[in-house]
Amino acid sequence: MYDVDAVRRDFPVLERTVGEFPLTYLDSANTSQKPRRVVETMAQHLLLHNANVARAMHLLGSEATEAYEGARAKVAAFVGARRPEEIVFTKNASEALNLAAYTLGSGLRPGDEVVISVMEHHSNIVPWQLACERSGATLRWFDVTDEGRLDLERAEREGLINERTRVVSLTWVSNVVGTVNPIARIAEQAHAVGATMVVDGSQAVPQLPVSVSALGADLVAFTGHKMLGPTGVGVLWGRYDLLAELPPFLGGGEMIEVVRMSGSTFAPPPHRFEAGTPPIAEAVGLGAAIDYLTVLGMDAVAAHEQEITRYALGALRGIEGLRILGPTEAIDRGGAISFVLDGVHPHDIMQLLDARGVAIRGGHHCARPLHERLGVQSSTRASGYLYTTEEEIDRLAEALVFTRDFFAGRMASGSGTARRRAAREEARRLRGAQPTQPDQTRTEVGA
Amino acid sequence: MTAGPDVNELYQEIILDHYREKHHAGLRDPFQSEVHHVNPTCGDELTLRVHLDGDTIDDVSYDALGCSISQASTSVMTDLVIGRTVDESMALFDEFRHMMHGQGRVQPDEDRLEDGIAFAGVAQFPARVKCALLGWSALRDALVRAGAEVPDNESEM
Repeated sequence: MYDVDAVRRDFPVLERTVGEFPLTYLDSANTSQKPRRVVETMAQHLLLHNANVARAMHLLGSEATEAYEGARAKVAAFVGARRPEEIVFTKNASEALNLAAYTLGSGLRPGDEVVISVMEHHSNIVPWQLACERSGATLRWFDVTDEGRLDLERAEREGLINERTRVVSLTWVSNVVGTVNPIARIAEQAHAVGATMVVDGSQAVPQLPVSVSALGADLVAFTGHKMLGPTGVGVLWGRYDLLAELPPFLGGGEMIEVVRMSGSTFAPPPHRFEAGTPPIAEAVGLGAAIDYLTVLGMDAVAAHEQEITRYALGALRGIEGLRILGPTEAIDRGGAISFVLDGVHPHDIMQLLDARGVAIRGGHHCARPLHERLGVQSSTRASGYLYTTEEEIDRLAEALVFTRDFFAGRMASGSGTARRRAAREEARRLRGAQPTQPDQTRTEVGA
Repeated sequence: MTAGPDVNELYQEIILDHYREKHHAGLRDPFQSEVHHVNPTCGDELTLRVHLDGDTIDDVSYDALGCSISQASTSVMTDLVIGRTVDESMALFDEFRHMMHGQGRVQPDEDRLEDGIAFAGVAQFPARVKCALLGWSALRDALVRAGAEVPDNESEM
């Protein structure tokens, strides 16, 4: 039995209050909260074992290297990589995707095609746009259905993946509408035409049991901070033989074999792709996060996520004037739930919810093309994680009803403009020749 | 644990009035310049046109998608600047910006900023200051593009 209360005790931030309200953190698709164990492990590393990795040969250097490479091994085991050398540490998922786009992009020629989708996060769009601009290759994309799923039929009809396709890069789980994409099936199509399959696993790896070897992908990017780890460390997993073929990305220390002024040779993966001093303590923190997730068990984490998502979808469906974007049932669906509320802009929803301790995200969630495709300017997103409770979802729903009624009430209260103008004119007249006094009753400055 | 500033200070009646009834909304002819400004963090978008008659702002028209704060602020701004000279308008922008960056401690002059004083409460919400300045920044840009002499003052955040 999954004990969410016990889990919550490991996250001190969840005990915070906002005024009279308990903090309700529903922005985990943005970044997750951190358990004590992660922070303590990092502190311990920095306070007692700090040194640079690989190049420092003393005791601390060995300890730091062991801790850093140990974290690599933990990540490898966690995602089912065949060997630790398949794990490249980056600073975040964006850098991992840029690494993929830059290195694979160096082999692209005019006439080649790269396929992405309209539901991608900007970090799985812009690097490919840049790669196509540099190489003259053509960028194409999967459309989505009105329900927010990849439009596979249309892609089939239009021959989206064809003999010109060199790369297919897709998100596994949408950060906006939560859709879980059929990666294995698309990877098969990509491989049938000789294309490389890249996957943005930023929302999937924190939520699902993962075996990259079984997924069918060639490269998978994800980030530490959405899976209980610190910011500043991301991961690119790659099939070893593919990584071994790819050219370097960033140049610098630790990625070389021999440097001569006339030219250099490069280290084998993963170090070829890790120029400069890496995020050592952050990798160690990610290792601790993986230990934490492993103890809980990713099957249990995924089951909890499903349960909370199902509960939240039900609660949100019950709010009049609210429309969920994407799948409204918890089937092939991750934990991010985006929605629009009639008559209230997401930024205003965010503000009113924040005043009640409910932290959500308003905007386009770094996925502007998807919002455009779904015909909305922006949306509000709630996203739970392994510490989220049904009670928190109830608080979200209550706060949303409050927000809707707050704006509906004020927006319907007739024109105040004329009345207000008259009042201001009157106040001005009464002040007459006296020096202007700021109007304390209306502005409450500094209150 | 401290509570944040009161959300009722943010959503004052003046602001919601302007949000409901946006003054001078819609895109009109004639115009000498048109600009498109966005707030990339939240996706607010604003298309704004200006028409000058000599150095007087004859018309400001706009089409906006965004939150109540950015929409209301743009509406209030048009009330303030239409019929004023470019210099007077930019002086008001300076005052408004000063108030917005004052974290709620700057006493605004109602005779100068009129309905704009309602945004003093927004200044206590740093994340929303950008929303309140979107329309003004767009106006300044549009004036420059229309060939007006705009004083080169400090950067806008």
